[in-house]
Amino acid sequence: MITPAEPKRFPHRHILGIEGLSPDEITYLLDRAERFVDMGRPKEGKLDLLRGRTIINLFFEESTRTRTSFELAGKRLGGDVVNMAVQHSSIKKGETLIDTALTLDAMHPDVLIVRHPCSGGVELLSQKVTCSVINGGDGSHEHPTQALLDALTIRRRKGRLQGLVVAICGDVAHSRVARSNIHLLTTMGARVRVVGPRTLVPPVFERFGVEVFHDMREGLKGCDIVMMLRLQLERMQGTFVPSIREYFHFFGLDYAKLAAAKPDALIMHPGPVNRGVEIDTEVADDLDRSLITQQVEIGVAVRMACLEAVVGANVANGAR
Amino acid sequence: MSERTAFVNARLVDPISNRDEKGALLVENGVIADLGPRLFADGVPKGTATVDCGGHVLAPALIDMRAHLREPGEEEKETIETATAAAAAGGIGTVVALPNTDPPMDNPALVEFVIRRGREAGQVRVEAYAALTQGTKGERMTEFGLLSAAGAVAFTDGTKAVANPQTMRRILSYARPFGLLVVQHAEVPELANGGAMNEGELAARLGLSGIPVMAEAMMIERDLRLVAATGARYHVAHISTGEGVELVRQAKARGLPVTCDTAPPYFGLNETAIGNWRTFAKLSPPLRSEDDRQAIVAGLADGTIDAIASDHAPQDQEAKRLPFIQAEPGAVGFETLLPLTLELVHGKRLSLSAALALLTARPAAILDLPRGRLAKGAPADLVLIDLDKPWKIDEAALLSKSKNTPFGGRPVQGWALRTVVAGKTVYQRGA
Repeated sequence: MITPAEPKRFPHRHILGIEGLSPDEITYLLDRAERFVDMGRPKEGKLDLLRGRTIINLFFEESTRTRTSFELAGKRLGGDVVNMAVQHSSIKKGETLIDTALTLDAMHPDVLIVRHPCSGGVELLSQKVTCSVINGGDGSHEHPTQALLDALTIRRRKGRLQGLVVAICGDVAHSRVARSNIHLLTTMGARVRVVGPRTLVPPVFERFGVEVFHDMREGLKGCDIVMMLRLQLERMQGTFVPSIREYFHFFGLDYAKLAAAKPDALIMHPGPVNRGVEIDTEVADDLDRSLITQQVEIGVAVRMACLEAVVGANVANGAR
Repeated sequence: MSERTAFVNARLVDPISNRDEKGALLVENGVIADLGPRLFADGVPKGTATVDCGGHVLAPALIDMRAHLREPGEEEKETIETATAAAAAGGIGTVVALPNTDPPMDNPALVEFVIRRGREAGQVRVEAYAALTQGTKGERMTEFGLLSAAGAVAFTDGTKAVANPQTMRRILSYARPFGLLVVQHAEVPELANGGAMNEGELAARLGLSGIPVMAEAMMIERDLRLVAATGARYHVAHISTGEGVELVRQAKARGLPVTCDTAPPYFGLNETAIGNWRTFAKLSPPLRSEDDRQAIVAGLADGTIDAIASDHAPQDQEAKRLPFIQAEPGAVGFETLLPLTLELVHGKRLSLSAALALLTARPAAILDLPRGRLAKGAPADLVLIDLDKPWKIDEAALLSKSKNTPFGGRPVQGWALRTVVAGKTVYQRGA
């Protein structure tokens, strides 16, 4: 049986972003998540680390995999998970984000998992509630659990994060996944590159301590990890890049471009994949190179670790 | 029987005449009847009310050339009544109302309404802009001649730029023989589109789309070309960037009829005031980088910037307690205009006289208002200022109906002790 985590090891009530987390805190979450991965799916169906705890999935934006992943994580820890389908609820009637937060808070959940289309929307909500909040993605700002699961996926295959060369490719400007990954990987000592057309990878990203490339082959040269981002297809018309066909030609990941990376370079993608837009189907499905399905599997364990950590922090801080 | 009030034991500061001396000032029937170092040297005659200024600065009341009074249409945020009370507490004697009301001030009846409501409120003087274009939509020009006859002191679409160059060209061309002042919110809308803050590292970090400096600079560049072609008088409102200031500096050197103003947030704060999503620091134009902030201070110091306005923009909780992208821009400013400008004096960036000129005589000159000076025969619009009083800006203590200041908690020095409009005290601290 897995023992409960040491609450003092993770001092934060919320997980709103990777920015600001220390290497020790990140390592702690990854180590905890790894134990859940190694344990596999619990035989009895559930652990009891979150028994009696209520977790509300509050998604203001469409999501299948992240919401399901959090739901499974909560249930495997023995918690009660409620999904709020916000698209059809009172937010549509003009209720503000803060009203929604206060209403849910009055139901005394232990953790709110929140996704919101506005950058900063989740943090705003967190300021108005007494429970823990985990950011399930806010606008173009952060998606911390995605970065954690990506990091654990890499660490399990490569044995480390320190010193690895990781290329994050595609629509970096609008990507919360990219931001969280940049913060996490640079904090953990990896060398990060961002690669894509200048309209989607503006030079200002150099200020984040990463290298900026506008040519895939140059950007992938000598890489250990190639992390592809999903393209928001609705953005692809005219203003940011001329066409999907041109984008794929210059920035889509195929074997020809992948050849520039290290021979054992691995491919990641946060999903859902636009096949033939940012990544060639064969590459995406290459069992030797692609980690895409493992990312999903590890995602549940990482979210278990995050749920456990924030609840533990609350116990340590005297709440509940 | 005439009404006479003697202001004695004052430090008279008048930027226009370079007066800065101990003395007294006599108000008679709302007008400055006399002033000087020897006035009342032998005592104040009987029957004259006396105000002992305690050695504090007596200056022309401030003229705030940009303010949203929110009436008509958004009375939940501010009314002319509450706005003028807050302005009086800030040492302001004249506010110039921006036309972004609902409906917008694009016809003579609305301009007359705002001026009349100001008069009825009986606090500070309310002047009014009229919209440059109908509905502030940037398409068809308003009735400039009739609107000025109704009392409009200048023309602007307020928080919106006139984006179409042909429309702007015709506006400037038509306005020229009327001698009217055209005031522009200098921002290319397509470059600002969707932006919530200054473009740069912080915006990239927060995942917010940014408004580039060039959005301001390009609009000023375009307009200067049109000004050169038409000869019309042109004013850049709330200038926020170093590039913008440099363009105005060069245009003035070329002799173009160009002026500009800024507001305290643009020299008192930079974009880092946003911190983690503080919507009170969401402004339009946005708070800029530290380099830009310093360039604004330099522009004030060398005279390129002609005026400091409050840019008073009340927003209630419903408009601000939102995710940053969705929150309305703007900050209240009446009660912080004077102390924040005085920071530049205490910090030795401006002389007291230069700072007061930016708040009085120079905006008066831009708008051709017969105020902003201490002189015999001038209207007795006065402010008594304690230059050194230390205090802390407190949102909750603001008289404005909305409390959205980005300066909450800031320690400042100096405030208005008394505000006099047409000889009548409209505000007295502690009274």
